[in-house]
Amino acid sequence: MKYIDEYRDPLRARALLDEIRRVAVREWTIMEICGGQTHSIMRNGIDQLLPPNVQLVHGPGCPVCVTPLETIERALAVAARPGVILTSFGDMLRVPGSSKDLFMARSEGADVRIVFSPLEALQIARDNPDREVVFLAVGFETTAPANAMAVRQAGREGIGNFSELVSQVMVPPAMRAILSSPGNRVQGFLAAGHVCAIMGWEEYEPVSAEFGVPVVPAGFEPVDLLAGILKVVEMLEAGTAGVENAYGRIVTREGNTAARRVMNEVFEVADRPWRGIGVIPQSGLVLREAFARFDAEKRFDVGHIAPQESPLCRSGEVLQGHLKPSGCPAFGRECTPLTPLGATMVSSEGACAAYYKYHRNAIP
Amino acid sequence: MHPVCPAPILSHETVQMAHGAGGRLSQELTKRVFMPHLRNTFLDQMDDQAKFEVVSGRMAFSTDTYVVSPLFFPGGNIGELAVNGTVNDLAVGGAVPQYLSAGFVLEEGLALAELEEIVRSMAESARKAGVMIVCGDTKVVQKGQCDKIFINTSGVGYVRKGIELSCRNLKAGDAVIVSGSIGDHGMAVMTTREGLSFQSRISSDTAALNGMVHAVLDVVPGVHAMRDPTRGGVAATLNELASSSSVGIELDESAIPVREEVRGAAELLGIDPLTIANEGKLLLIVPEADSGEVLAIMRAHEHGRDAALIGRVVDDHPGMVVMRTPFGSRRIVEMPLGEQLPRIC
Repeated sequence: MKYIDEYRDPLRARALLDEIRRVAVREWTIMEICGGQTHSIMRNGIDQLLPPNVQLVHGPGCPVCVTPLETIERALAVAARPGVILTSFGDMLRVPGSSKDLFMARSEGADVRIVFSPLEALQIARDNPDREVVFLAVGFETTAPANAMAVRQAGREGIGNFSELVSQVMVPPAMRAILSSPGNRVQGFLAAGHVCAIMGWEEYEPVSAEFGVPVVPAGFEPVDLLAGILKVVEMLEAGTAGVENAYGRIVTREGNTAARRVMNEVFEVADRPWRGIGVIPQSGLVLREAFARFDAEKRFDVGHIAPQESPLCRSGEVLQGHLKPSGCPAFGRECTPLTPLGATMVSSEGACAAYYKYHRNAIP
Repeated sequence: MHPVCPAPILSHETVQMAHGAGGRLSQELTKRVFMPHLRNTFLDQMDDQAKFEVVSGRMAFSTDTYVVSPLFFPGGNIGELAVNGTVNDLAVGGAVPQYLSAGFVLEEGLALAELEEIVRSMAESARKAGVMIVCGDTKVVQKGQCDKIFINTSGVGYVRKGIELSCRNLKAGDAVIVSGSIGDHGMAVMTTREGLSFQSRISSDTAALNGMVHAVLDVVPGVHAMRDPTRGGVAATLNELASSSSVGIELDESAIPVREEVRGAAELLGIDPLTIANEGKLLLIVPEADSGEVLAIMRAHEHGRDAALIGRVVDDHPGMVVMRTPFGSRRIVEMPLGEQLPRIC
């Protein structure tokens, strides 16, 4: 398959691995930010192939994982309202709130539907003018433009029965939080290819300069990931910081300017709680005042929600690279994909789920 | 001259509650929709049961219920699935499928033309598979109480002498063979359901496999196990086999046949082809020494042209399926959790 096979070529992968082994002299810890990258690393066993002095730790870039429990509870409460159609990406349906997930809400009679795009949710609103259609708008900068577009379109067409329950987060503030935390081990980053496709890499230049760390936008296939890792290791060994792009076929310095424009038009930056991590200043996006009527949080008063997280779950440490999933005492015992204590065990992109799925116990 | 069919036109175009009430409309449904396609000496008796001779030895009996949405998808429809599915469930136990029952739950308002097309496909599939549908039943429920049509088929067949297929038979060293590309059926249904349009349409692989199964068993009666990897796909079936026999299975990722268009769709949706349903594929576990012969027989068969050896049974990691990647690393192939969920980004 074009654009896939050449980046899964074992010969190219082997050549890159040889080069990484040759270049890496000292010990390095590199964080891949995106959950999609974590998934690909585990699926392809890239962590097994790297030399032991190059360690990967897994970042917070899984939208399902960092969506606060409170947002899930709010979605459940909104979905339970008569006349509401709650729409969401598939991943979110299995994330447990304190007593149930959206699948269970659906079995209890709530109208919960999986969509592939917020524009599909908008179409459901057009088709059901007597119902309230709510889209659970979660994600990083990758999903923000389409989520913004749906709101802008609803505004233009005067669709009054559409709203979004917004939990949008952004990568650079999370990187700052990780690099500033006292126990930080991360020395270099693989930036998320999809996020950079939208945002470009210019916004990583200040982070890289401030903390003196190399940042390399990278793709998701084995060859992409290895090329990114090689570039980070080269920069670390040379003692240089800065941003170097390893995903040239997708990412440019300025990103997708049209997408960024619509994001800015509809959303503004705000403080945001991250599940397992806490509030990160200026790390989220909320609807601007001009679009407040499309804000489901304002439209549906579901009262005060303050759910309790499991005391056993250490996903916050996992999401910041302090702890590997298998280092958590609950991993594979109290916490499995069927009985998840935290969202990192639920999402297909969650680090705990990826560990459980592919490397549950060291394969004999 | 204008030839005109003397039969009166059906008085309704859609299924009515009265079609299931046992009265005149029920009779009309049987006479006009079911019998013209399914007619055989058993159904012609119009009795409440089918009576047939049995072969001495062991019989096999299986049942399955079909609730697919959409009813029609590229490569097939619910009727073909209902016949082929039960035929395959019998065949993979080493049985020769003979007789099927068919139970229908119809939703009020279903287009009779659709029902007839489904029944016609069932008759056609039964003919191809060499089985007869010998008894049946129809119920109608109010609109909203089922999704257009649910079909149950049960089937019986006789088990060939000397054939011992069981999921407990796997031995270290056995070869794992698949009859062709995986994931075609599930992806055909998923892409139709989700309204995703791909340039090349993906077709369901629905097919009766009894012909190929017995072609293999005729020559290699010592096959250890056979399964058709339907729901949960190859991943679920191999995990079940590994844990039933307390052995490990090691797969070679580059040997597993997946069609380009299925791979593309799976990449887009973030779904692993190993977990996607198949409706016309066979997994065989055979002694290493027989694997070449089995592959040759399968490749000569219309449903096994792309048959491939995809892995081995091993003593290590009992109960676990492990994939060897083209990069030399390994990962666990997990039992799928449940519904396939397309991911966010």
